[in-house]
Amino acid sequence: MKELLQSPFFGITLTVAAYVLGMKIQKKSGLVICNGLVLAALMIIALLTVFHISYEDYYVGGSIINMFLSPATVCVAMSIYAKRDVLKRNLLPVLVGCTVGAVTSVLSVWALCRAFGLDAALTASLLPKSVTTPIASAIAESHGGIVSITAVAVIFTGIVGNLCAPLMIRLFRVKDPVEAGLGIGACSHALGTAKALELGETEGAMSGIAIGLCGIVTTVLALFFGALL
Amino acid sequence: MKILTQVGIIFGICWLSQCIEQALPFTMPASIIGMVLLLALLGLRIVKTEHIQEKSDFLLANLPFFFVPAVVSIMKYADVLRSNLLALIAVCVVSMVVTFAATVLAVRLTIRLMNGGKKK
Repeated sequence: MKELLQSPFFGITLTVAAYVLGMKIQKKSGLVICNGLVLAALMIIALLTVFHISYEDYYVGGSIINMFLSPATVCVAMSIYAKRDVLKRNLLPVLVGCTVGAVTSVLSVWALCRAFGLDAALTASLLPKSVTTPIASAIAESHGGIVSITAVAVIFTGIVGNLCAPLMIRLFRVKDPVEAGLGIGACSHALGTAKALELGETEGAMSGIAIGLCGIVTTVLALFFGALL
Repeated sequence: MKILTQVGIIFGICWLSQCIEQALPFTMPASIIGMVLLLALLGLRIVKTEHIQEKSDFLLANLPFFFVPAVVSIMKYADVLRSNLLALIAVCVVSMVVTFAATVLAVRLTIRLMNGGKKK
């Protein structure tokens, strides 16, 4: 039985099944909180716990799926490239907004982590948490962070950002759709962008651009993470 | 064959960026080097979007799927998560609002300065 659980096909099949089910629930419920990725992970954790299967056994197949993260991250370039026209038309506001947004995010996370006395591994996991999951987890991992905590923090931030976006727009008296879109994209990546798309076409496009650009700016900032940790 | 070639191009970029990662004097994750590399190749029209469109669409459309095993590993850090839960939530929420505010204000100021420049 042990050998069967250590077959890569076990982990892969379980992951696909949980993910398909998780995504179906997300679609059916229509709720941002019912995130397909989180639901899939919870289902797998529950199953592994109930049947006393170790994470290492699951990860025989899981590692193969994990390997695809790198090519998937590379392909994020395709979605940035697809938006080059919108970027050119609003070059200055986008560049300034994303740079300020990424710097503010990293510095505020760092200050808060210091204030709460979180250790270096947790701080490294949280520093890049405002950008899209592939970029954030790659940065966190290379600085000694815990990838799963980064991924959960990124998703949590995105869900809160999605839910709070209309409130924040009122709170900060945002009237311009370019402002709103860049703000949402900078603070809550793809999950926020889903909300920005509901608000309007410009908001959605700007938010989408901010995902890529904030990711790139944060990558540059990450070169100096060593000094912060 | 078409998809196979696309897989080859994308995996090739991944391997090339691992080589670059080794050569660079500072820490930058290979996958992000690959992203910047692909962006450069697209910009220089060495790689065209149609060269990798289908494979790229597949990877991007199922992006959350590839994160499932990484997120499942959180079960190994349940203690860390439990003992720092409130701090983690506070860090995420507060920095999210601060980031939104800073971005919005920076964009507002930039647009205002640009318009002011035009009037003069």
